[in-house]
Amino acid sequence: MSAPPVDATPPQGDRVYRTAWRIERRAHAGPLLAWGVSLGAVLVAMLLTGILFAAFGVDPAEALRRIVDRTLLDGRGFSEVVRRAIPLMLAGVGLTLAFRARFWNIGAEGQLLVGAVAASGVALFSDLPGPLLLPAMFAAAFVAGAAWGLGPALLKVRLGVNEIITTLMLNYVAIYLVRWLINGPWKGTSLSGFAYSDVFEQAAWIPTWGATRLHWPTLAFAVLLALLVAWLLGRTRFGFEVRMMGESPEAARYAGVDFFRTTVALVAVSAGAAGLAGFGEAAGIHHRLVDPNSLSQGYGYTAIIVALLARRDPLAALVTALFLGWVQASGDVMQVALRLPSQITGVTQGLVLLCILATEPLLRYRLTRVRIPVAAASAQGGSADGGPASGAGGREVG
Amino acid sequence: MLPYARSVPDDRTTDPSLPLLQMTGVTKRYPGVVANDAVDLAVARGEVHALLGENGAGKSTLMHVLYGLQAPDAGTIRLRGHEIRFRSPRDAKAAGIGLVAQHFHLARRHTVAENLALALPDTPALFPTRALRGRVEAVARRYGFEVRLEARVAALSPGEQQRVEILKALLQGADLLILDEPTSVLTPQEAERLFEVLEVMKAEGKGVILISHKMDEVLRVADRVTVLRAGRVVATRDAAGADAADLATLMVGRSVQRGRREGAPVPGAVRLRIEELRVEGERGEVRLDEVGFEVRGGEIVGVAGVAGNGQAELAQVLTGLRTPTAGRIRLDDRDVAGLNVRTLFDRGVVHIPEDRNAMGVVGSMQVAENLVLRRHRQAPFARGRLLDWRAVGQNADDAIREHRIATPSRGAVTRTLSGGNVQKVILARELGGRPGLVVASHPSYGLDVAATEDTHRLLRRQRDAGAAVLLVSEDLDELLELSDRIVVLFRGRVTGVLEADGVDRGEIGLRMAGAA
Amino acid sequence: MELEMAWVVLARALAFSTPLLWAALGEIVAERAGVVNLGVEGMMILGALAGFAVGQTVGDPWIGLMAAAFVGAAAAALHALFAVVLQADMYVSGLALTIFGLGLSGLIGRAWVGRPLSDSMSRVSLPLLGDLPGIGRIVFQSQYALTWLGLLAAVAIWFVLFRTKLGLALRTVGENPAAADAAGVRVLLVRTGAVVFGGAMAGVAGGFLSLAYRPSWGQGMTNGLGWIAVALAIFALWHPLRAVPAALLFGALFSLSFLLQDRFAPQLLTMLPYLFTILALAVTALAKGRGAFGAPEALGEPYTRGGR
Repeated sequence: MSAPPVDATPPQGDRVYRTAWRIERRAHAGPLLAWGVSLGAVLVAMLLTGILFAAFGVDPAEALRRIVDRTLLDGRGFSEVVRRAIPLMLAGVGLTLAFRARFWNIGAEGQLLVGAVAASGVALFSDLPGPLLLPAMFAAAFVAGAAWGLGPALLKVRLGVNEIITTLMLNYVAIYLVRWLINGPWKGTSLSGFAYSDVFEQAAWIPTWGATRLHWPTLAFAVLLALLVAWLLGRTRFGFEVRMMGESPEAARYAGVDFFRTTVALVAVSAGAAGLAGFGEAAGIHHRLVDPNSLSQGYGYTAIIVALLARRDPLAALVTALFLGWVQASGDVMQVALRLPSQITGVTQGLVLLCILATEPLLRYRLTRVRIPVAAASAQGGSADGGPASGAGGREVG
Repeated sequence: MLPYARSVPDDRTTDPSLPLLQMTGVTKRYPGVVANDAVDLAVARGEVHALLGENGAGKSTLMHVLYGLQAPDAGTIRLRGHEIRFRSPRDAKAAGIGLVAQHFHLARRHTVAENLALALPDTPALFPTRALRGRVEAVARRYGFEVRLEARVAALSPGEQQRVEILKALLQGADLLILDEPTSVLTPQEAERLFEVLEVMKAEGKGVILISHKMDEVLRVADRVTVLRAGRVVATRDAAGADAADLATLMVGRSVQRGRREGAPVPGAVRLRIEELRVEGERGEVRLDEVGFEVRGGEIVGVAGVAGNGQAELAQVLTGLRTPTAGRIRLDDRDVAGLNVRTLFDRGVVHIPEDRNAMGVVGSMQVAENLVLRRHRQAPFARGRLLDWRAVGQNADDAIREHRIATPSRGAVTRTLSGGNVQKVILARELGGRPGLVVASHPSYGLDVAATEDTHRLLRRQRDAGAAVLLVSEDLDELLELSDRIVVLFRGRVTGVLEADGVDRGEIGLRMAGAA
Repeated sequence: MELEMAWVVLARALAFSTPLLWAALGEIVAERAGVVNLGVEGMMILGALAGFAVGQTVGDPWIGLMAAAFVGAAAAALHALFAVVLQADMYVSGLALTIFGLGLSGLIGRAWVGRPLSDSMSRVSLPLLGDLPGIGRIVFQSQYALTWLGLLAAVAIWFVLFRTKLGLALRTVGENPAAADAAGVRVLLVRTGAVVFGGAMAGVAGGFLSLAYRPSWGQGMTNGLGWIAVALAIFALWHPLRAVPAALLFGALFSLSFLLQDRFAPQLLTMLPYLFTILALAVTALAKGRGAFGAPEALGEPYTRGGR
């Protein structure tokens, strides 16, 4: 039917096949795989922490047993795990919302601190009657946290300023704001020489569970918030648009999403939630405004890990917050019972994040076995994929 | 030999009777697709060999294999009689193969000199652009190029950028050049200049592989033609004596009839009227100026022009993605200039965007979600601020059935669909209702014949239902086939509004180049 | 008197801008190659600890500084592995590096808290310039060698980036990696190299803090300087020479906050550089750097050959 090419075709008769492993790109990873990989990452991080234990001369298995004993199998110990998870839940759930929209809010720490400041301000200086005090502190903390996130949000939508740096810078501003307050205008009168505010009146204390430090109303609200955010993301127009913005800004623009309003709204919720975490710590644990290092212990940063480990799912963030709360609570056990430095928890958290990253390719690629036809002419050339033989008759390619 | 070609060992001087290039049984597989299936291709010295095929026929993959960008799964490649196997493009270049890709491999913010210097093998480590001028000029003169070495690439026209790419390949000492769809960014007149350059190359004994899907240019400049379909060679013929209709049939696997515009309804009242429209870019540069034309209901108006002459901005401004600087846009006698995307959509402006994967859908979302992407604020999908997922699912089932969208389920992740099916999702969503104005940008780009016909059918259906349709395309055949009138844009200005019936292609070409 | 005050401010600004300049130069190189590294803070603190620990043990601060650079580079290699090779999220990877670095340095550094440095880096006097009246004594006799070396590094990096083939290749990788690949440049190798180099620079910045500026080790002693350096790379519009005045501006702000300490609460003054960072980014965004002054076009985009 057509003029044949000038040169003859190669012998095509019998084809040689060989099989080989090949890495292929996955189109999509299911939720089961995603969770399996996350779990694997956590286990690897724990294993590495175990090695660290051994390096400090402590038997990892024995250490784990004692940690579990004192954190999970002991009522009071477990209450410590949960109460550390509370700020992580609040801030972490908020971050899942922001991260869904690819608003990289790294400022939960600062938002938490200013939330604590606002709540303390209301507790210390308002004349509200007792029953109104806690609701007012709650509202003030939310508003303050949201306001702290608003600046970076506006800079991002209006000018395209990178929100990672701006939210992070505001963490430092918040730290020094708290330090200034407790050393200056809000310095307590009852205990001179110490840098913290006066103790709140009892009406401004969040009730706790029995003799523990578990301020359960905050916990209940954290769970409610997770449900609310899940509902927002899954059932409302707002959530649909948030997801569009995060997954494909261009398509979101095409779909007519109002970036300004949506960003402001979602950052307000996200940062406000972190502010509430500050309310919980100030009114539920310390009952006064204290130094940022005692007030937060890096909850705002750990919340980033909570949200990422939960793969930006608000309900899953409740679980991952409990896990990281357990890691933090273990730090106390290590220090007291095992005489290990509590800083190990910081390393463990970093390892968890690194392991999630390292295992991420498992979600994007898979190993498959393929049958490759080998044309007789090139069969002697060896590997056809992966490692081709030297190019162009061994010419220099350097 | 070129004056600055890299000194090459023995095999360039081997038996001249051997073909320059001989690819035999080349096979390349991707998950689920055989992109090249035992492909044979031979190119002689002084030959322009056209590689003809539809999008997705495997032309690009074959060239990637030849150029060392992809490793073949099987098959041999012989260059000047020697078997070669390239690890990377740098091997290919060292062996004398040059590629001018469709998307230029140029750093836009760098100067022409910097781009050339990086690509040349013997550029000095210090002051890489210093000694370039002398080297460039000799080659440029022979091919009739003018080169502004200190100009930034971003400031060059697509035609000029392409010449930089060709120059780069020549300076690297290529004697086999691959040109991938070289005329897609050129005016017909610029294309003529390119063909003259090809003649010089032939005279110098170089081989050229011309990738194209345009029959007329293939028949005009090629010596031989190899037609690829679905990854296989279906024919290799001498261009002299080959017949366009015959090649087209080989290319698509059945006979194609270039349809005439069948009895379109009488256009109704003017629905879209644009007057004195001016659009400026972010730094005040003019993108559109004094643009004015009308589109009636029941009419398809095509927009022709070389890429980058304001078509994209026109589509953006009409759909609310960009704000006009001055001028009026009236839709059904209401001023709509400067309204946002959402309001325009509510007023019946639908948009089939140019970049369907990045803009038309959210790739990571489900098919059902993408089928309501812009309609999610309207009943029945929205109930107040809530979404009704049952209505969304019902809509998806209907659309998948009606438009025969090939998807495993309505819950499938949209990214996993083929290009044609992604476009069906967009078409189903945008053309599902009764729009007043349809803005379609390159709606059939990259689609196979069946999907293209589907797209055209849906556009015609909207026209017949009384919508005003604005069709932006770089494919002149498509424009001529569908449009009632054609608006030609050049540097943001209208250089002609032509009745499509009996229009001369040369006339359109001249206006695309700003002449006349 | 007024003039002397200005020299004092300049002298302190130079000292304080030194770690910012080193780290920002490193980030500029990485970002010119297209890779954002938000791990600067982490690399810096690890560098600070390594520098101090080695310097304290060996007794030679310059060997300590080499250790700082090496550890910074090793940490950066981790980012390169994740963000460049495995193509995980670039932002998350850098962030993870910072969190991990802060955690690890806190753990390992416990042994060195409060220890003195037997031999810290000494100040050097520049010949000729040091003999100038006023400014000579206050500015040119009182700086650390690393301060002057930082200025030299800026010029050297400028030269390499804009006047050598290596720099051309590196910038092309950040502008259009496919073009660089087509030109035979090993994209992932260049990106990895740029990131590792940036890490070494951040390590030196950390080492300067613990071996010269303080000189001591304290947990979290970088205190956000690494993040400011990331912002500086943007503020300097990715240009090594512009990074010098940009870093000096921040240095001046820090030194001003020292000078004003008796008039304002120190905590409020400490906030200033952080607030100013936000301001600087906003101003940069308002000025809308584009074309030759904009961000590298492929900044933040992973590269896979022939892939999408």
